[in-house]
Amino acid sequence: MSKLLRQSFLLLLVMTVVTGLIYPLAVTGVAQLIFPRQANGSLVVKDGRPVGSALIGQSFTDPKYFWGRPSATTPMADNGMASGGSNLGPSNPALTAAIKQRIDALHNADPGNHAPVPVDLVTASGSGLDPQISPAAAQYQLARVARLRGLPVARVQSLVREYTSGRQLGVLGEPRVNVLELNLALDALR
Amino acid sequence: MTVNDYLQIGLFLAVLLLLVKPVGSYMALVFAESPNRVTRFGGHVERGIYRVCGIRADEDMGWKRYALAVLAFNVLGLLAVYLLQRVQQWLPLNPQHFGAVSPDSAMNTAISFVTNTNWQGYSGESTMSYLTQMMGMTVQNFLSAATGLAVLVAVVRGFVRHGTKALGNFWVDLTRGTLYVLLPLSMLIALLLVSQGVVQNLKPYVDVPVLQATSYAQTTQDATGHEVTKNVAVTTQTLPMGPAASQIAIKHLGTNGGGFFSANSAHPYENPTPLSNFIEMLAILLIPGGLCYTFGKMVGDTRQGWAILATMLLIFVPLAIGAVAAEQAGNPALHGLAVDAHASALQSGGNMEGKETRFGIASTGLFVAVTTAASCGAVNAMHDSLTALGGMVPMWLMQLGEVIFGGVGSGLYGMLAFAVVAVFIAGLMVGRTPEYLGKKIEAHEMKMASLAVLLPCALVVIGTAIAVLVPAGASSVANPGAHGFSEILYALTSASNNNGSAFAGLSANTLFWNVLLGACMFLARFPLIIAMLAMAGSLAAKRHVPESAGTLPTHTPLFVVLLACVVIVVGALTFLPALALGPIAEYLMSAH
Repeated sequence: MSKLLRQSFLLLLVMTVVTGLIYPLAVTGVAQLIFPRQANGSLVVKDGRPVGSALIGQSFTDPKYFWGRPSATTPMADNGMASGGSNLGPSNPALTAAIKQRIDALHNADPGNHAPVPVDLVTASGSGLDPQISPAAAQYQLARVARLRGLPVARVQSLVREYTSGRQLGVLGEPRVNVLELNLALDALR
Repeated sequence: MTVNDYLQIGLFLAVLLLLVKPVGSYMALVFAESPNRVTRFGGHVERGIYRVCGIRADEDMGWKRYALAVLAFNVLGLLAVYLLQRVQQWLPLNPQHFGAVSPDSAMNTAISFVTNTNWQGYSGESTMSYLTQMMGMTVQNFLSAATGLAVLVAVVRGFVRHGTKALGNFWVDLTRGTLYVLLPLSMLIALLLVSQGVVQNLKPYVDVPVLQATSYAQTTQDATGHEVTKNVAVTTQTLPMGPAASQIAIKHLGTNGGGFFSANSAHPYENPTPLSNFIEMLAILLIPGGLCYTFGKMVGDTRQGWAILATMLLIFVPLAIGAVAAEQAGNPALHGLAVDAHASALQSGGNMEGKETRFGIASTGLFVAVTTAASCGAVNAMHDSLTALGGMVPMWLMQLGEVIFGGVGSGLYGMLAFAVVAVFIAGLMVGRTPEYLGKKIEAHEMKMASLAVLLPCALVVIGTAIAVLVPAGASSVANPGAHGFSEILYALTSASNNNGSAFAGLSANTLFWNVLLGACMFLARFPLIIAMLAMAGSLAAKRHVPESAGTLPTHTPLFVVLLACVVIVVGALTFLPALALGPIAEYLMSAH
């Protein structure tokens, strides 16, 4: 038994060094060499300073910006230190109440818009940090943003198209619009 | 369901099936008895490790010795992960200066990672230092998977060998599984994931200014005990960093599932694109799928392996389609609201609560089925917010005993226990002594196989009963009504089948839940391993019985259907009453 324990201990030690130090450090080294931008968080840099990440959503409540997916993180939305969803069950009245509230907020921001709201714009994302919305959710907000910024709809439409990605390899996932990058581009128009 | 939903499922299955044979043949070489090009290639490193550890590679262990080695190695591993979490505040690579993890949470996490469950009771980005993630979590991601591989190989040797008591050498099987299978594949997957945007660095978290400043109301108590509400401005966002890709690669490949970040594979830094999602799903089923072929190779009849794989697919494919269909149908509670949940060229529609836009419905529904068919438990959406029927799919896939692919190694040895039960039932029908792979199945084997099949079921049912009866259990529930019961049932199902996913609304980081689930995870893993090794030990001692006219062939469609029926009947009979109180009740109440 003592031989077994000694072998266990030593093998655990060796394996810890191999899989817990050498392996992650090797991956870090290669990743920093070949994919430095991705390995360091896909930061969006403006004037030499990071202003966000292309992969991490920020919270927008101002009607002149495109709004992203609702975020259930606490204490504030899109909290990078506490990723997670609402975990509200489908039959929970609190879920329906939260969705109604979000529909009302969208209507208040754009009283003339009576179209049904795309579902991703009123449901909380899984991570609470979803950087993207569906093209439908962008179209829903387009007229509002153009009007409040005094821009021609076509101009905003072309920006939305620029920050829209299709399905990867033509099949995988869903088409989507990056909200932070789109809003940064809108601000840069001024 | 949309055409693209079917396309995504079809493409995934096609790529997976194409990889089964190459990966399976490779693993057959890794675990072959005689030296070959793979084991010669790494021979120097291997022999170096054995020399340092005082291991004699030619020692052939009986089942008891093998089981003792598994236990000793894993209990030591458990203590190491526990200790690391308790002292991380004094160790390097802790740029956010996280303190020690609480004792019950640290013990729960240690058990969880050593048993290949990877139930995530903690929030990674605000709890664990980089060193703990690397030398605790990542290491056990490898070693728990390698343990599963080793035990499987030993169990298969029980069928292959005859007239011996020995099942192989645990140290050699563990080392080979890690060095030749898990490490190279993880390295490749990690780099693919980084290319998509998964972070991999040792830097402190990055604070960035937000484009639009917001605020939130914070309520505190002043000196006199009155509640004071003040507005807190939010002008920055903290972006978590860390060596994530290296851990996420093995988290999927080893069917572990414990995330680097709290939101697991829903987190954009853990699963940034639809392609990374596809790679992660593929990594989950790659080894469990490939092992079916390895098994066929080892027993000298690849048809036996294909039959097992066919059984798994027979159950998996309809359930995967069911999960996607249920989510695509959306949440009936929103029908009266001004919400557009129809699929179109511009949106996936469906039930998007708890889901990420880039994955939509198809990439999420398929992931849900993949991660619970295998005992992975990584999640790319919040399972708690799935529709009633969409949430029942992962629950039931786990309740089938994690044998539909299942964990690395553990899934297949679990399935072999079911196969033994299936030939026994067939034997009863025709009144002959049952045989499987040329070995007579007798009372001892049946006892061990039944134990392996029934133990997780018993843990789920008894554990759920305790949690529902005890206030400390029921008070952790987040959602009202039938869904609240589902949260409890899901937690016990997940822990007792070493899956690790959750209906995460349940506040499980409490003393009661840490202890209950910790016990379930441990009991579902090691007693089951011992039972399977005991069965293999007795099989290895037996002679091969030559095939006769009365032998039930176990590579035919007939046997595939029989095996699938046995798996389904055990899963359905045990859990239908509990499911009726949870997801089925919730579905019926929301249907009108």
